[in-house]
Amino acid sequence: MAYDLNGTTIEHDEEGYLTDLSQWNEELAIILAKDENIEMNEEHWEVINFLRNYYDEYQIAPAIRVLVKALKKTMGKEKGSNKYLYTLFPYGPAKQACKIAGLPKPTGCI
Amino acid sequence: MSEDMQEEAEGTVKKFMYVNRKAPYGTIYALEALEVVLIGAAFDQDVSLAFIDDGVFQLSNGQNTTDIGIKNFSPAFGALGDYDVSKLYVEKESMDERGLALDDLMELTWEDEDDDWEEKPSIHLVSREEMKTILGNQDVILSF
Amino acid sequence: MSILHTVNKSPFQKNDLESCLAHVNSNDAVLLIEDGVYGAISGTRFSVLTSSSDADIYCLKADLDARGIDPDKLTDGVKLIDYDGFVDLVAQNDAVNSWL
Repeated sequence: MAYDLNGTTIEHDEEGYLTDLSQWNEELAIILAKDENIEMNEEHWEVINFLRNYYDEYQIAPAIRVLVKALKKTMGKEKGSNKYLYTLFPYGPAKQACKIAGLPKPTGCI
Repeated sequence: MSEDMQEEAEGTVKKFMYVNRKAPYGTIYALEALEVVLIGAAFDQDVSLAFIDDGVFQLSNGQNTTDIGIKNFSPAFGALGDYDVSKLYVEKESMDERGLALDDLMELTWEDEDDDWEEKPSIHLVSREEMKTILGNQDVILSF
Repeated sequence: MSILHTVNKSPFQKNDLESCLAHVNSNDAVLLIEDGVYGAISGTRFSVLTSSSDADIYCLKADLDARGIDPDKLTDGVKLIDYDGFVDLVAQNDAVNSWL
């Protein structure tokens, strides 16, 4: 199973998560988002970039409540809420945002 | 409401201790333990970790697994504070036996939300006697 | 609070028994199972540790039998129990710590 990015084959698992995280780029993120029926805007990118930075530092995809807590701290109460995240990623920030960010599924997310 | 009922309503919080006694890469125990801790953190229990025997090697700083083809999971210990896991008890005798000092370990902190996000150390060096007492006070012990 | 500690590795191969005995409180129980039962044999360097421990030391008979160890060869003070006794120990203590 693979995505096609300008002729380059990018492998993914049966759920659509990238096999090789280093193959991610912003162009691919837009394709991944489209697959999820999401049109990327600035607010989506904020979350995606946060996730990527978090993964860079800790080598894990954060659990939702960790993501919420961190967004609350850095971006304020309005953006640090489940509701806000679900508005951006209706099928779940863990499932959709992590996938778009090119991260593995969060540990403990079934 | 009686104290018992109040506790019932809020869900009973138990003291969970994860005991780590293995070095990080020779076996899968250390990684599995860490994953269980991260998953278990969702249940809002009173979680602490113990590092005894070779388990103390898990916290060594400067781990670089590039050339052994195994993922370096030590950075994930730095995320434990975000998961409200802020008590890592490291046994001093185990450190001494292995020629390790506190400087040889990663600097791990957690942010205290109730104290203006003040960063506080997560690692507590304890003696074997103190470790005995801590182990004796747990409701659940998961050993790896 | 009391803890039941189980040890399932031979002390001649792994340090689990030694480490366990160094971390037990006096009201705890230690149960030797599987290859852990080799730690119950008298006249070894571990018999001193088991006999001087504050905690009660138990040994699972089925695992002893399987390995052909004569119960007469056990270190003094080590109590022999069957599976029912194992269940009783689990029920009598507040938590279990399996030294893996």
